[in-house]
Amino acid sequence: MYALTIDNLTKTYDNGFDALKGISFSVQEGDFFALLGPNGAGKSTTLGIISTLVNKSQGNVSVFGWDIDTHARMAKQYLGLVPQEINFNQFEKVEDILITQAGFYGYSRHRAKTQAHTVLQQLGLWQKRRDRSRDLSGGMKRRLMIARALMHQPRLLILDEPTAGVDIELRHSMWHFLQQLNEEGTTIILTTHYLEEAEQLCKHIAIIDEGKIVRDSDMRSLLNEINQETFVIYLKNSLTETPDVPEFALNLIDEHTLEAVVLEGQNLNTLFQCLTDIGLEVVSLKNKSNRLEQLFLRLVKEDGR
Amino acid sequence: MDAEPRYGFTQIAMALYTIVYREIHRFLRIWVQTILPPAITMTLYFVIFGSLIGSRIGQMDGFDYMDYIVPGIIMMAVINSSYANVVSSFYGAKFQKHIEEMLVSPMPLTIILTGYVIGGVARGLLVGLVVTLTSLIFTDLNIQYPLLTFAVVLLTAILFSLAGFINGIYANSFDDISIVPTFVLTPLTYLGGVFYSISLLPGFWQKVSHLNPILYMVNAFRYGILGVSDISIPTALGIILIVIALLFSYCLHLLHIGYGIRT
Repeated sequence: MYALTIDNLTKTYDNGFDALKGISFSVQEGDFFALLGPNGAGKSTTLGIISTLVNKSQGNVSVFGWDIDTHARMAKQYLGLVPQEINFNQFEKVEDILITQAGFYGYSRHRAKTQAHTVLQQLGLWQKRRDRSRDLSGGMKRRLMIARALMHQPRLLILDEPTAGVDIELRHSMWHFLQQLNEEGTTIILTTHYLEEAEQLCKHIAIIDEGKIVRDSDMRSLLNEINQETFVIYLKNSLTETPDVPEFALNLIDEHTLEAVVLEGQNLNTLFQCLTDIGLEVVSLKNKSNRLEQLFLRLVKEDGR
Repeated sequence: MDAEPRYGFTQIAMALYTIVYREIHRFLRIWVQTILPPAITMTLYFVIFGSLIGSRIGQMDGFDYMDYIVPGIIMMAVINSSYANVVSSFYGAKFQKHIEEMLVSPMPLTIILTGYVIGGVARGLLVGLVVTLTSLIFTDLNIQYPLLTFAVVLLTAILFSLAGFINGIYANSFDDISIVPTFVLTPLTYLGGVFYSISLLPGFWQKVSHLNPILYMVNAFRYGILGVSDISIPTALGIILIVIALLFSYCLHLLHIGYGIRT
């Protein structure tokens, strides 16, 4: 079953800007789906339309089979939204925000309170439950946004850049939490500018650029399309010029650092062997850039041509 | 597809209760800003216009001036408070964007509107009650028609809560939520027969006064308390009900098209 189906969706704003030019894609139930794109590509507009905060111009959207136009109430029950901007009442207490949110979904105050306690503990906000939301740190506000979206136990969770501006430790703990949530059956749609995040978490990916979907596939096959990778290699030896290794394109960055391009079909063992043969000892290596990032830039560039 | 709807009457009632609870809790939490100021202002009206100036004016429509202005002053407090509650709360929700919490939920738009209106009515009636109790320091209130009195004050609070909602939808800044009360509501209230009987006005201005909807509310309320009015009560009630129906429909229309809240 599809958790989300989008068919030929268009959006033209009042100023004439075509934010979406007939996009179509589907998200399977249980998927962890990344919707990526540069700024202004149409990601937030798409999520806004799904959550009914943005009026669409044309096309159809259905959530678990329920059309958002004809069966909005049914569709909305399945949906949890974590928007990009902090949008809770800054004067309310953390616990009250959660209880109120559940109330909008028809929860009694007693039931909402029980659910709030569960979610607060899951997201590490229990100690802050009686604090005013405006007094929370940036990371805690982000977690509160997620907690609020989970209050009615949605089957489809939409996260619009949930880790923007969050420190690395918290980002990793949020990744862990979201992965767990997904494993428990919640379908997740994520937009992010951290491509490492998408690569780490998501099973499927759609790339949107200038209001069009330029790629929609599963993560594994997308990454398989990468036909070369660039590695930064740290050497024990000191070099004055780029070593001559005909099999690989090498570039000397500084006396202890080399850059090596490994093409599809080549492997790192061969590279290490070649370096060892000429007396070089590798201390460590890393990817020059994230693999998905390389692909993303290529696809967006191709679309722009 | 889940064939069984989970968001039925009980859930809708709970959603409405949630908004009403939040709205009432909000204005009670900041009672120093919401309840106390109108009580102080209206007490000053009683002292200055009722006691000091009123003693020189004498009688109006057969009543002491203090007795005559009490219904109008209570009504003025109800009008201002119910309007202010909805416009500030709804615009605040728009400004902080937490209006989106409600818009993404399955709650019907009618419930959102009703919840805000009940919040406005609650504050209007509470302030009205406080001002009424304050007025007892200055005069004895012998309410002639209690049911009519309550009906008029309730309908007036509903009407101005709806008006406040429209202002909240159209407002794009905090300035916009004070323009209407300052330049429209206050003049109409003062010219709506709070402090005088329109029979004192020349014929032309009496006719002009009939275009002021607040005149009907103040007079219907005064009739409920004192038993005297410048206008016909059925006409007043009819006009109030028609205006409420028009405003309610317009509010729902604005919500449906998403004016100011959806892009």
